[in-house]
Amino acid sequence: MKAKVRFILAAVVLGLLMTGPFVVTSILVWLDMKEAERTMLVELLISRLPIGTVMTIFGFIVGLAILHKLFGHYVDGLLRMAETLRLMLGANRNFRVALEGPPEVQQLARAANDLAQQRNELLDDVDAQIARAKASLEEEKNRLAALMSELAQAVIVCNLDGRVLLYNNRARLQFKALAQGPTSVAGGALIGLGRSIFSILEKSQVTHAQEVIRQRLATGKAGLANFVTTTRGGQLLRVQMVPVLTGAVEGSSPPVMGGYVLTVENITRSIEQEARRDQVLHSLTEGSRAALGTLRAAVTNLIDYPDMEPELRERFVRIIDEEAARMSDRLDRTMADFSDSLKTRWPLEDVLGIDIVAAAQRRIEDLLQLPSKTEEMDDALWIKADSFSLVFAIAFLATRLQEHYEIRELRFRLSGHDRLAYLDIIWSGPAMSSETFYTWELEPMRLSAETTPLSLRDVIDRHGGEVWYQREKAAHRAFFRFVLPVAAPESAAVALDDEARARGRPEYYDFDLFKFQDMAGVDLDRRLTELVYTVFDTETTGLEPSNGDEIIQIGAVRIVNNRVLRQEIFNQLVDPQRMLRPETIPIHGITDDMVRGQPTIDIVLPAFREFCEDTVLIAHNAAFDMRFLQLKEASTGIRFGQPVLDTLLLSAVAHPNQESHKLDVILERLGITIETRHNAIDDSLATAEVFLKLVPVLAEKGIFTLRQALEASQQTYYARIKY
Amino acid sequence: MAHKILIVDDEPNIVVSLEFLMKKEGFDVAVAVDGEEALAKVATFRPDLVLLDVMMPKKSGFEVCEAVRANPDNARLLVVMLTAKGRDTEVAKGLALGADAYVTKPFSTKELVAKVKAMLAGA
Repeated sequence: MKAKVRFILAAVVLGLLMTGPFVVTSILVWLDMKEAERTMLVELLISRLPIGTVMTIFGFIVGLAILHKLFGHYVDGLLRMAETLRLMLGANRNFRVALEGPPEVQQLARAANDLAQQRNELLDDVDAQIARAKASLEEEKNRLAALMSELAQAVIVCNLDGRVLLYNNRARLQFKALAQGPTSVAGGALIGLGRSIFSILEKSQVTHAQEVIRQRLATGKAGLANFVTTTRGGQLLRVQMVPVLTGAVEGSSPPVMGGYVLTVENITRSIEQEARRDQVLHSLTEGSRAALGTLRAAVTNLIDYPDMEPELRERFVRIIDEEAARMSDRLDRTMADFSDSLKTRWPLEDVLGIDIVAAAQRRIEDLLQLPSKTEEMDDALWIKADSFSLVFAIAFLATRLQEHYEIRELRFRLSGHDRLAYLDIIWSGPAMSSETFYTWELEPMRLSAETTPLSLRDVIDRHGGEVWYQREKAAHRAFFRFVLPVAAPESAAVALDDEARARGRPEYYDFDLFKFQDMAGVDLDRRLTELVYTVFDTETTGLEPSNGDEIIQIGAVRIVNNRVLRQEIFNQLVDPQRMLRPETIPIHGITDDMVRGQPTIDIVLPAFREFCEDTVLIAHNAAFDMRFLQLKEASTGIRFGQPVLDTLLLSAVAHPNQESHKLDVILERLGITIETRHNAIDDSLATAEVFLKLVPVLAEKGIFTLRQALEASQQTYYARIKY
Repeated sequence: MAHKILIVDDEPNIVVSLEFLMKKEGFDVAVAVDGEEALAKVATFRPDLVLLDVMMPKKSGFEVCEAVRANPDNARLLVVMLTAKGRDTEVAKGLALGADAYVTKPFSTKELVAKVKAMLAGA
């Protein structure tokens, strides 16, 4: 029963209690009276009725007031308290019951507040424990990822659907190197979180390896499988697969495979090198047999038949001469053709020349207290070197110089000449004889207590380099010149470029993807938080695609598992094959020189389609960008048929009362700061951040799935604007 | 009557030596410089023994050997393969295709002569 109804009932009962006994008594008395007595009573009562009524009404009102007060204290007050307690249970556990009303109610309130306090402390404790556990888990994950990223092997972790959960830096660089196409991602070597590994590795081979592992596990062997596969670009990859086992309980049935770790090694070059070495060996052994056979036969004939006719003898001698010449020729040719393969297999790494010099300077300073300076240093020069032995050799020469000529200072100089690097160690002092240097070159090297069986010559040979002594007569000084092969530091440059964009923790892993359900195409009824997106932006020559304006840049980033993957970007300039409008250049900052010679749109679009395969497209003011893409449909045959979300429309759905939904305004409204704007890749990043902020706002409005988001977008006013 | 020997090799320098050597040993010698000529000479010259180089233009020594053996008229013809390839697998192939002996270059001429004589004596 409602409090109000009960209050009315109580008022009625009060009224009855106040009038009832008097009325009943009056009736009983009335029935007992004689006629005369009744007349007298009526007369007596009529005259005093008003005061009686007034008294009764007054009493009733006082009664009502007391009743109302009691109701207020004990019924409404408790109801309010109950509501407050509900609030504390749910929305805000720091809320407290107000101490009001009669003492009993206040006591109750105090007890409730104490209970709430106790509960709060418990909850805080639980939260803290959960947070600690989460933090340590996160730390472990980060440590694992950091470890992986430092590995020299390319490592990729996949779930059973072949979706990539983790890859390390080496894997990224390796596959980047495999992608030998005209655009940044062409060549079919796309690696990315949530992407399918089968775009890189042959699916049947991966499945077969999984099967091998299952069988090995079933028979109690270590789960491991190897295979060699060929990429679309004809590269050879050696892959090792190790299972990620889930629910592996001691002594239970064979553990279940939940995913796998792949270590990938590109063996194309080593195979090629081996093949070339084989060729050399073959050319030098088998190839010499015939000539040697001829030589031997001719020589034995000459020896065995000393009395042959002079004519014939002459002929045999000529044969010997010819064959000997042919053999030396072959030897020369082989050496020229295969000189690269014949170099020692000493492992050389790509190092920055200045790093070698700096290391040598430190070593010499520590060891000999000999100060050194640098002059004319090419700080972008990469060298193929074994840095340890090279630094050792430099320090050895410094030691020798100090011992023999008591030099007080060394100088270093580093310069590049074509494919060679010159590293000079310079000192002022008397001339040294070449003989002295030859002895130094050939003796085993020694640095105070450290010795090595290697000589300077050995180290130089290992590097495929040279070293000599030379005088700078004018400057009264001399130097040793190391000539070393230059390395092409391609991968290093690439890494630096991307690192600049990617701040914070690396995004090469996401173990939540273990649970990620595979999807073919895009399911409209999936939640917005469960989808993979490609957020893109284009820069164009102008605003009118139908009037011949063209795309000059496409930038895109991916959102996987509600994270923007800053390392997995598509960023490509496009040659529009027409001049740019000068008035647009300040907007996008792209000039004619920048786009000239870039791939054209019919080359870029297939690569872009591959990049956004199986994802939902997102753009700000998507209608504009999509119009450009659609106009290319006919000429390129590339269709972008997947669903498209527009952050402009979604913003209008989320905040219908806001006037502007320009990207800048939204960024400010949502508190997102972006360093640079108005280039396709940075705008894509900004749009991606906007989308992630909008998703929870949309959820508050009851928009959870992609279908709901698309429908709501369509209904907004802005949807009617056509470009 | 002297035994007849056919020398087949595309390298004239070795042919000169072999021809000289075999003539000195008293054999009747003919020379062919490629596989096709070799087959023709086998038919016309009717040698008792062929010194057959493996690596030749047009037809390889292996092919010549196979063709020779395919003809029953040549059943008694002895085939000695000469090769600049020393691999066991090739020796096995040569013998399987019907060669009677296999000699790897460089070889000792004395041993070759001894081998040829022994084979002809045994035949």
